Amino acid sequence: MRTVIQGGRIIDPARRMDTVADLFIAEGKIAGLGQTPDGFVADQVIAAHDRVVCPGLIDLCARLREPGQEHKATIASESAAAAAGGITTLVCPPDTEPPIDEPAVVEWIRRRAKAAGQARVLTLGALTHRLRGERLAEMAALQDVGCIGVSDGGHPIANSRVLRRALEYAATFNLTVFLTPLDPDLGHGLAHEGQVAARLGLSGIPVAAETGSIARNLELVRDLGVRVHFGRLSSARAVDLIARAQADGLPVTADVAVHHLHLTEIDLIGFDSRCHVRPPLRGLRDKDTLRTGVAAGVIGAICSDHQPHEPDAKLAPFGDTEPGISGLDTLLALSLRLVRDEALSLPAVIERLTWGPARILGLDRGHLGVGAIADVCIFDPDAEWRLEPDVMRSRGQNSPFTGWELQGRVVQTLLEGRSVFAGR
Amino acid sequence: MSDYHIQLDRQDRLVHFLTVEGLTHRHLTEILDTAESLRGVAERRIKKLPTLHGKTVVNLFFEASTRTRTTFELAAKRLSADVLNLNIATSSAVKGESLLDTLRNIEAMQCDMFVVRHEQSGAAEFIARHVKPHIAVLNAGDGRHAHPTQAMLDVFTIRRHKPDFPNLSVAIVGDILHSRVARSLIHALNILGAGEIRVIAPRTLLPAQVETLGVHPCHDPRQGLRDVDVVVMLRLQRERMEGALLPSEAEFFQRYGLTEERLALAKPDAIVMHPAPINRGVEIDSRVADGPQSVILEQVTNGIAVRMAIMSITLGHHARSTEENA
Amino acid sequence: MGNAEFLIEALTGQLRELLTRRGITDPALVGIHTGGVWIAERLRQRLGITTPLGQMDIAFYRDDFSRIGVHPQVRPSELPFDVDNRHIVLVDDVLYTGRTIRAALNELFDYGRPASVLLAVLVDRGGREVPIEANAVGTRLQLPASDQIELIGPDHLQLRIQTVP
Repeated sequence: MRTVIQGGRIIDPARRMDTVADLFIAEGKIAGLGQTPDGFVADQVIAAHDRVVCPGLIDLCARLREPGQEHKATIASESAAAAAGGITTLVCPPDTEPPIDEPAVVEWIRRRAKAAGQARVLTLGALTHRLRGERLAEMAALQDVGCIGVSDGGHPIANSRVLRRALEYAATFNLTVFLTPLDPDLGHGLAHEGQVAARLGLSGIPVAAETGSIARNLELVRDLGVRVHFGRLSSARAVDLIARAQADGLPVTADVAVHHLHLTEIDLIGFDSRCHVRPPLRGLRDKDTLRTGVAAGVIGAICSDHQPHEPDAKLAPFGDTEPGISGLDTLLALSLRLVRDEALSLPAVIERLTWGPARILGLDRGHLGVGAIADVCIFDPDAEWRLEPDVMRSRGQNSPFTGWELQGRVVQTLLEGRSVFAGR
Repeated sequence: MSDYHIQLDRQDRLVHFLTVEGLTHRHLTEILDTAESLRGVAERRIKKLPTLHGKTVVNLFFEASTRTRTTFELAAKRLSADVLNLNIATSSAVKGESLLDTLRNIEAMQCDMFVVRHEQSGAAEFIARHVKPHIAVLNAGDGRHAHPTQAMLDVFTIRRHKPDFPNLSVAIVGDILHSRVARSLIHALNILGAGEIRVIAPRTLLPAQVETLGVHPCHDPRQGLRDVDVVVMLRLQRERMEGALLPSEAEFFQRYGLTEERLALAKPDAIVMHPAPINRGVEIDSRVADGPQSVILEQVTNGIAVRMAIMSITLGHHARSTEENA
Repeated sequence: MGNAEFLIEALTGQLRELLTRRGITDPALVGIHTGGVWIAERLRQRLGITTPLGQMDIAFYRDDFSRIGVHPQVRPSELPFDVDNRHIVLVDDVLYTGRTIRAALNELFDYGRPASVLLAVLVDRGGREVPIEANAVGTRLQLPASDQIELIGPDHLQLRIQTVP
């Protein structure tokens, strides 16, 4: 199968490319750009005038709910949503049921993803057995079957001794460790410890729950030299800590969930359970500094932190609801909103969604160089649309962005050269 | 985003009573004045008004509290309503029935008002958003968030003794962090234009950024109680000790407990209030609780009239809104 | 606009005669808020009644609660005497459907068991919807249903009749 994408604005941040050109794909790989490669005859022509053509998005954190919570979503349903959102690679954290702490679970997920065939699903293995923070998981075995890193899966390890050993062990196999920056003892709470929590009477999660954990872990990194990625920063002070560590030359990276770049604690007023997330939405200054951190590259990736829920999970008093936002449908459009807000340039936003996360994962993905796997996202940057539950492709319709007027919509997604989504 | 709040109808009338926050001077005065008219009912031979005759009030308590439930029950009965008491804490919730399932079931019994107590902040508002439109919801305490009827009976009691709100200085002492009573009272006092509100507690018992609620935080009662007109003591829950918020009841009493000596710092005619039940010797000395400046029992009495007022006002407005929309 | 003093004079005369005929020497007057209270106070002075005036706001006894709710400016009812075995004179400004008096009687009996109750009204405009009649009447008027009659006070009592469009 040979495809040519004609006349699109090609943005390939890995090569600092932003130009109008044709893109040629053959046998699932990028075959050329601009000039027609010798002997190339297209089976398929995709007209992309006034469209942006960029690498398929890589989402560093998406819960697919399978295995274990199929009433919320499935790998098939969420892969389809990813494809519609221009996302070609999903990274699945290990907090499935059972957790990804043994090779069989990895194999099972891979099989399901392959059967669905609409997105590449990568897995992070568990750092500790059952994510309990007590015994190390069989990380080498997990690596052998394809886990691209190891993680606490949202259950931070309280015991510093266990954590240190887990980091050392992971470093032995050159595995990147994905940590949740949260002190579990300080992290019991429902909302950012600030004026909104004081007003609504919600138990507070102080910023120190995040920064205290980061500070300790940075010291461990300094000792051990292990590569650590901090997932979902929420506070200004966390951005400062990571920036300083990077300036010191520590091998640390970070990402942010796109909703933290748009929402603050104020959005909780009225006890809106759709804004119940972990880490919590924080203050205005935190939001602004997170944006600055993304712009400066301190935060190398924007992710969806996708957590689809069945309606009942959010239909209860705030504290009885499950945290999380269904984010695959809005990752691209909400990221593009940063361009409108003049927080980032369009190529920079695309970098944080493609080449940025690829580098964090240590993968040769997220770019359009000749020979690269042809994961491509084509979107109309001017298309305006309104998020409503019934337009969401994810099975989880729990989004606080319902009713928002968004700009930028995917028109076609290619996974290894094959069209997995084609819109209007 | 609209700032229209679910407890007000389009004519700005109170159709639920979920929180004091966001209400106006007019709303609160209407409640207080109506309560004033109802206060005399307890002295009549027949302590009952026909106002809510034929209405059904359901006390929906997801958190056990015999005392609070009783005051709502009495208020409803004095208005001739039928009262149904449901302690969900010990029934359906444990069987895994969701809150909405419970609501649908009770709605099917043709009720007119839910009086809700729940351990989660925001629960009353959640219920008000999901009940059928003809049902009025009263918040009888949701988590740490609000206890608006208690706040109204507190300001009602204060107004009877100290009507000059602009020159009023109020000290609230104790566990502000976990107190729905304190949050609602602070809003009510601010709306009614109280001169000064001080909150007095160790830092472990004050929420972060408490000053944004419109109060002056203070850690030393010797300064905080000076020249105040009203002292509101909050109940200290025993479990706070286990949460490492306080070392002991004894140390709390020693530092923050209201004794005669400390009360002497306040104005000579200052009144002492407490939402009850009191912990003698933990937050308040018996001589103060039973002393001449204490209005604690008067609060209980006033609570009936204030709750009657709120019930008749919200159900009345419901009737009116329904009529106008018909 | 008509001055009401003349009507009060007529009502005083009728009521005095009625009380004498019945042998009631020390009645207690109860005015119904708002106009009824103004009239009752004038009657009390003119009849030389020493018992302090009673006042009733029948808001919580109305039969139209399910349609209009409670009046936002309800005032306390206050009967500063023992109702039991007392001869009571209920006073209101305008008697129309009779529903207000029905409510007032109910409220009155919640205070105790009076020996008797008389009804004195300044204006009886007909249009009764319940079987209630006044014992003493200042004047009787036949007015179309679209007309509204209102007593303006509290100092110089005046009757105002308006046609409601």
